Amino acid sequence: MTPTPPNQRVRVTSSRRGATTPRRRPVARDLDEQTDLGDVYLAGLMRAQRRLSIIVISLILAGLIGLPLLLATVPSTRSLTIAGVPFPWIAIGVAVYPSAWFLARWYTKQCERLEADFVAVVEGT
Amino acid sequence: MSSQLSIAVVTLVCVVTLLVGGLGLRLSRATSDFYVAGRTVSPRLNASAIGGEYLSAASFLGVAGLIYDRGTDMLFLPVGYTVGYLVLLVTVAAPMRRSGAYTLPDFAEARLGSRRIRLASSTLVMGIGWLYLVPQFQGASLTLSLVTGAPAWVGGFVVMVVIGLAVGAGGMRSITFVQAVQYWLKLTALAIPAFVLLALWLRQGTPPAIAPDSWDVALEAISPDDHPLYRTWSTLLALCLGTMGLPHVLVRYYTNPDGNAARRTTVTVLALLGVFYLFPPIYGVLGRVYLPTLPTGVRSDTIVLQLPETLLPGLWGQLLTAMLAGGAFAAFLSTASGLAMSVTGVIDQELLRPRLSRFTGGDAPEVRGFRIAAGLAVLVPYLLSRATEPLGLANTVGLAFTVAAATFAPLMLLGVWWRGLTRWGAASGLAVGAVSAVGAITFSLVGGPFTGWTAVLLSTPALWCVPLALGTMIIVSLATPGHIPPGTARVMVRLHTPERVALSRSRLRD
Repeated sequence: MTPTPPNQRVRVTSSRRGATTPRRRPVARDLDEQTDLGDVYLAGLMRAQRRLSIIVISLILAGLIGLPLLLATVPSTRSLTIAGVPFPWIAIGVAVYPSAWFLARWYTKQCERLEADFVAVVEGT
Repeated sequence: MSSQLSIAVVTLVCVVTLLVGGLGLRLSRATSDFYVAGRTVSPRLNASAIGGEYLSAASFLGVAGLIYDRGTDMLFLPVGYTVGYLVLLVTVAAPMRRSGAYTLPDFAEARLGSRRIRLASSTLVMGIGWLYLVPQFQGASLTLSLVTGAPAWVGGFVVMVVIGLAVGAGGMRSITFVQAVQYWLKLTALAIPAFVLLALWLRQGTPPAIAPDSWDVALEAISPDDHPLYRTWSTLLALCLGTMGLPHVLVRYYTNPDGNAARRTTVTVLALLGVFYLFPPIYGVLGRVYLPTLPTGVRSDTIVLQLPETLLPGLWGQLLTAMLAGGAFAAFLSTASGLAMSVTGVIDQELLRPRLSRFTGGDAPEVRGFRIAAGLAVLVPYLLSRATEPLGLANTVGLAFTVAAATFAPLMLLGVWWRGLTRWGAASGLAVGAVSAVGAITFSLVGGPFTGWTAVLLSTPALWCVPLALGTMIIVSLATPGHIPPGTARVMVRLHTPERVALSRSRLRD
């Protein structure tokens, strides 16, 4: 092994080997301490949840404003019968309930997925 | 014979309620047991309990009576009662659970950091709770008078005593079991007679309903002064938003273990309510077929109880009547106990506990104050129910929904979703909502008779009261940006962050 001449340049790589890498601070702490960063994440979560809620509420509004409006303005829908039962009774008396249930189930699933994603991000996993 | 059977069934329902309530007595020890069942109730049990608590005299008797009376339009009532839970689900269900508060006033105080707003909310809880309790007592009196011929004060008195004991004995844990049982009791008691009556009707060759022309025509004005479209929309708005603001509905959400469970509970509640509400219209229609005119002095609220013996004289008819009377009593007991529970909580926390501890230097056990409060919570509305003439069960309940929709609903919606809400905004919105809703209804009851738009706007005021209250809250908040409560950011983190994220500072310990 030849000794290295004193003036030769040496390339230094990986200068921090052995040094402790600083632990990444999870966003959960930022949320907890209401830092600006935590605020950004919370605002994002709330925005996503609000969007979901607005979708459901728009559908509710469409149904509950639309159905009475339809019955009031298009008189033929009042006397329409389906299999001998008047259309209004089927629509208001029966069909509303399964629709509400499906909507609720869809919303809950979406919300849980959204929150699982959020947890994964802020816990840093 | 009929009356003896009915008395036996009603007694059985009352005894079961007390027995199951007594089970809670052994389990309830800490204060949080009394209020929220230690927060360990599973979504299914909780959903049955919510269903059992929510389906009141108005749903069991009143809806059928109104459909009998006024026809197709009234089908929108149960729709509103049900969709109210969907609105609650997508706006406040999980955040309310995550808020970590016990009651509506607790939430108001935690969100806005103001004792005065807490006091205002407590007053509203008592007002709405009592308003909603009055028709339950009246329904009980009506039912017992009809099926047994008992004097008018008896039914309400029985309900008052039973729920006073049940709430005072075990608080919320007992009530959770009682109410879960009562949902299934009510569904069975309404469904079996409905199937029997439907079968009889089919066997007789489906005789037609006998009713005025406008009865089965949806949204047809009954008189020139009637505005069916406005009336329907306003009622729907009151029911959809009022549900979340009813004190006994929200307190149930605190018994869920976490926000996700709160959502799942609501989905199950929607299924349970949907199944239940298929039945009242059957009674309304069959009533039109077999009892097209009621004798004077007999209210249409009793149509459910009258049908079995009209179609089926003899023992079987009496059995079905007894079954319906039992179910109706289950309805009064469960709703009334839920309401009494919330009102008791408020009286205990706001009025009694501070005073009791001053008298006794903290020696009195907390439970004693709670029991005194339970007595007060049921006695006042019982006396009110004796003093006021019955308005029709579903109508009185509608008033409670309207007040809740114009006060608590805006507070909760903005409190959960808008950081800009200020104390001044919340306080003025609550005041405007309460004064306009209560004022309009009172005016329409005592100031009338009114005609045309005045009458409709005063008797179903939700469609203008709610936007007014909501608008006041937003505008006043925008005008007082300096009064945003200092803890807002932290409360928002608590309301919206899933429980799995560990928050040691922002979350309250249960």
